[in-house]
Amino acid sequence: MRVNFTVNGRPQEADDVWEGESLLYVLRERLGLPGSKNACEQGECGSCTVRLDGVPVCACLVAAGQVEGREVVTVEGLADYAKQRAEHGGCASGACGTSVDEAQRWQARGQDSQTGEGTELSPIQQAFIDAGAVQCGFCTPGLLVAADEMLERNPNPSDADIREALSGNLCRCTGYEKIMDAVRLAAARQGEAV
Amino acid sequence: MPTNGAPTKLTQGYRTKGGIGESTLRPDGTLKVTGEFAYSSDMWHEDMLWGQILRSTVAHAEIVSIDTSEALAMPGVYAVMTYDDLPTDVKNYGLEIQDTPVLAHGKVRHHGEPVAIVAADHPETARRAAAKIKVDYRELPVITDEKSATAPDAILVHENRDDHHIGHVPHPNIVHRQPIIRGNVEEARKRADVIVQGEYTFGMQDQAFLGPESGLAVPEEDGGVHLYIATQWLHSDLRQIAPVLGLPEEKVRMTLAGVGGAFGGREDLSMQIHACLLAMRTGKPVKIVYNRFESFFGHVHRHPAKLYYEHGATKDGKITHMKCRIVLDGGAYASASPAVVGNASSLSVGPYVIDDVDIEAVALYTNNPPCGAMRGFGAVQACFAYEAQMDKLAKKLGMDPVEFRQLNAMEQGTIMPTGQPVDSPAPVAELLRRVKAMPLPPERQWESSEGADVRQLPGGLSNTTHGEGVVRGIGYAVGIKNVGFSEGFDDYSTAKVRMEVIGGEPVATVHTAMAEVGQGGVTVHAQIARTELGVTQVTIHPADTQVGSAGSTSASRQTYVTGGAVKNACELVREKVLEIGRRKFGSYHPAWATAELLLEGGKVVTDGGEVLADLADVLEGEAVEVEEEWRHRPTEPFDLRTGQGNGHVQYSFAAHRAVVEVDTELGLVKVIELACAQDVGKALNPLSVLGQIQGGTLQGMGVAVMEEIVVDPKTAKVRNPSFTDYLLPTILDTPIIPVDVLELADDHAPYGLRGIGEAPTLSSTPAVLAAIRNATGLELNRTPVRPEHLTGTA
Amino acid sequence: MDFLRPASWEEALAAKAEHPTAVPIAGGTDVMVEINFDHRRPEYLLDLNRVGDLYEWEVGEESVRLGASVPYTQIMEHLRTELPGLALASHTVASPQIRNRGGVGGNLGTASPAGDAHPALLAAGAEVEVESVRGSRRIPIDEFYTGVKRNALAPDELIRAVHINKADGPQQYSKVGTRNAMVIAVCAFGLALHPGTRTVRTGIGSAAPTPIRAKAAEEFLNAALEEGGFWDNGKIITPSVAKQFAELCSGACNPIDDVRGTASYRRHAVGVMARRTLTWTWESYRGTAARTEGVA
Repeated sequence: MRVNFTVNGRPQEADDVWEGESLLYVLRERLGLPGSKNACEQGECGSCTVRLDGVPVCACLVAAGQVEGREVVTVEGLADYAKQRAEHGGCASGACGTSVDEAQRWQARGQDSQTGEGTELSPIQQAFIDAGAVQCGFCTPGLLVAADEMLERNPNPSDADIREALSGNLCRCTGYEKIMDAVRLAAARQGEAV
Repeated sequence: MPTNGAPTKLTQGYRTKGGIGESTLRPDGTLKVTGEFAYSSDMWHEDMLWGQILRSTVAHAEIVSIDTSEALAMPGVYAVMTYDDLPTDVKNYGLEIQDTPVLAHGKVRHHGEPVAIVAADHPETARRAAAKIKVDYRELPVITDEKSATAPDAILVHENRDDHHIGHVPHPNIVHRQPIIRGNVEEARKRADVIVQGEYTFGMQDQAFLGPESGLAVPEEDGGVHLYIATQWLHSDLRQIAPVLGLPEEKVRMTLAGVGGAFGGREDLSMQIHACLLAMRTGKPVKIVYNRFESFFGHVHRHPAKLYYEHGATKDGKITHMKCRIVLDGGAYASASPAVVGNASSLSVGPYVIDDVDIEAVALYTNNPPCGAMRGFGAVQACFAYEAQMDKLAKKLGMDPVEFRQLNAMEQGTIMPTGQPVDSPAPVAELLRRVKAMPLPPERQWESSEGADVRQLPGGLSNTTHGEGVVRGIGYAVGIKNVGFSEGFDDYSTAKVRMEVIGGEPVATVHTAMAEVGQGGVTVHAQIARTELGVTQVTIHPADTQVGSAGSTSASRQTYVTGGAVKNACELVREKVLEIGRRKFGSYHPAWATAELLLEGGKVVTDGGEVLADLADVLEGEAVEVEEEWRHRPTEPFDLRTGQGNGHVQYSFAAHRAVVEVDTELGLVKVIELACAQDVGKALNPLSVLGQIQGGTLQGMGVAVMEEIVVDPKTAKVRNPSFTDYLLPTILDTPIIPVDVLELADDHAPYGLRGIGEAPTLSSTPAVLAAIRNATGLELNRTPVRPEHLTGTA
Repeated sequence: MDFLRPASWEEALAAKAEHPTAVPIAGGTDVMVEINFDHRRPEYLLDLNRVGDLYEWEVGEESVRLGASVPYTQIMEHLRTELPGLALASHTVASPQIRNRGGVGGNLGTASPAGDAHPALLAAGAEVEVESVRGSRRIPIDEFYTGVKRNALAPDELIRAVHINKADGPQQYSKVGTRNAMVIAVCAFGLALHPGTRTVRTGIGSAAPTPIRAKAAEEFLNAALEEGGFWDNGKIITPSVAKQFAELCSGACNPIDDVRGTASYRRHAVGVMARRTLTWTWESYRGTAARTEGVA
């Protein structure tokens, strides 16, 4: 079947989608957006968290056919999404995200030492790096999407609020302490910026 | 060796920004937060096929027949392979003992063993095809524990063993046995005023790294194959893969893809050979990605164990002796079992002075899931048991559990039961003192004026208590872990370091085969290069097999060993750079010949701080490159009868204090705080050190209160292979984890550092158990503790 | 596999009539797990995401008509006053991401004994509005669960809404799991006081082949409260009454040993939760306002 939807502000079309495919598979394997991660595919780890019409959901539990005509934001579009929000109070303009051409040019390669310096990051992304919240990084994209959405709703979260908002995102490396630090840091920086 | 001398007093690099001792940020951080970092499951290639593995549905059975015809006939299926399709005579692999079939041959020995593999144009096609393969099993009785394994008429899990352990094991269903005898236990026992005995059970823990096993094999024009893979040790994989494929090692090129965590679970092969076989058979790139269900079958787990301990002590609190027997369940294949036995036995006394010991550790072959490496590697199970014993002894003597431990704590100079002296700082008593001295978290936090926040209570959002039945408990534990590969293993690493001028700037490139699995080795290597070479810009080359082996990212060893190799290579590069400098500029300043010269801040300087030249000028038109292996000091095997031998390289120590709140009526536990004190020798990157300690601490907590792979004892089948029923701690289960870091240099190690990754996983578990015992008064001889154990409803 | 995408409720009913084996999918939090793990390959998936009125609720005089797909997050945020028990139960569902997608219709459709909403629905009193091209009917919640993962739906019927009685007194909900978030119930308990009718209703999850009420316990408690004049005098419930109520709730269970817990533990824990939730609701009813409430 064919699915048309918007990813990171850009219209996308996926063809020959098997009816049992998840949104996660379509993003990763058909649209060249592997940032959302496939850690459990049963909604238990949150690594594939994306925003579906603004709401954080596990992309692995959304059937591809269900996103027809809807808007998805992935970690790849998070920096633009946050920038749009800061500038216009939302991502409605449809101009956020990386182009699919760019994303699809991406191919098999080993990791390299490219640091990505100069890339513009959202506050939560920068805070994760600065606070040491990234180790293996596999949980990171989902956590970033979930944490960014929480800070959008609740700019001054208590520790218990942070823990509750991120309770659907498993991390196996960090013991979560540095993730707590990162979210506190992003909230504090956000507060200073206002 | 260049590491002798006073290692923590830096003579080199202290004026260069971003060197060791600073919390520099990860070089891969930006890629990881933008989703661009390419993990092994993200690999994609034009015309790529998807591989699928068919696994056994029973634990122990003869394979009567396999019919692949229907699967092969499916449109979209490119290949189906079974044992009969393997291309060479090498059909098994294994870390130490090559006992693991690439595909089952005539028999399956555990639930989930690979039987056949499929390549198809879509993962669903591959799954459907695999489901159409008909395998006829004739089931055999299952071996599931020591009793069934060593019964006189027991079926042998492996019929024709010819490995080097078979000569000294009491039964062919025992992989390896290591006794350690020192002193005279029977004599020492007579001096004991109190004796405590205990039988302990440690459940099967899973590494549960978040990035499932995956990779992409691309056939190459020369008949070889290029594998993009997430692993802990590229060269060990290569050594096992190439013979099965019938290729020389140079035709199997391996590049490390992004690794989503490891914790020991990627030390063994998983889908590597299967992907390569399918790629070579079809001539197309083949990607295999396990889902979580398959991942639980696709890698080894932590050995579950039974531990039998006896300790004695005099009434003034000195331990007289220790006897123990540790039975580790290795499951169907050997994996790392022999080395786990070595660790469990040699570290079974814990960080204590006990002169008279009688120790035995064995690993079994059974039809349970194969077990092997996981963070803590044999030392974890022992620590759980000996720390429970310490509390029992202290209680029986009426002593404070921390003071009792301190009274018996080992220190530098203590002789291990293996006869090996501890020849670097062992601040066991001090770590306990520090962890005890930390302020305690406030009690009954939920009784605030605004009303209870159930999120702070046992049960959390499940709203099971508003304070009823909740009792606080506090517990302590300390542990000892070896660092690096032991028992005479040639544990080396290789680093290639290049220095040149690019765009007018001196740049260093560090190339190793070290698997970055999240631990931050890439961060540290850049720091070492800055410190040693006085440059700001360091490029970390992707890890691959185009450079010599780095050894495994395990055993808390990579910063020590590959860090040591990078430091060593940098030192050699520095000497060459200085030679060039002397040749080019020596005549301009006498200090070139007379002073001790350093590379600092992009310049050649004297130890007095005088600048002699810019590195850019020295290196103009020249590039310096060194590839060199580096070894830590050698170790010896343990004697097979007495266990004597200088088997370990270095020890690592951590202590924990756990504060828990237990709903004693419902048996629900909330860990409030897990304070840790650890000696790290030298913190090369303090932020990363904290991350390792906190992460390790939480894994230890997981196996204390929730994590366990449950195997049905009647069928040896895994009952909970999913994240729905194998529970990892969430951020809501996680306590605050304050950390106190000591830096007491080990003069034998680069910069005085100590491997840190595993020690915090050891003491965390027994500290939580001790705290739960403290809250409930229950004996609790098994971990993980489940609600039924706390409520008498097991 | 075919993916059916009805744009309206009528189209959905027509599709279900034409393909009675079609598996409805809304939040996907059950169905997609089964597909991802290769446990299920339905011939047809019937997507209900485009049926807008399934996402709506209406607060009436007596009851709330809750659309089958209203996400748990919305119930927590908007229906705490009317449906406090269900709001508490909603807050125990899995994780924020799952609560953003899943709704009560899915719980009812799957009819797993471990579904978090069931005990709250049983305790509050509810009717399930189901419909097919043949017509609409309302199934009392007590008759809805017919077996392990079985319900009273006919093959051509879909769940449209749940009519849940508005709280006329305090309600509570507790769930035991072995971690503090994202956990399937080992067992769960819901309790609602109905001062209007001077009755108490209960719901038990994961401790029998289906979600159940502890009817003997309810009858005992109703009689004891009546006899002691508790509804009027607002006295503290005597410990012996609470104890017997708890024992009767335990006795109502018919649990199994499984990988999540033992039968014996489930029986025990249901008793503890029964006693505690009774205490909390009763203290709340007495107006002495227990200082502690859940945080739904």
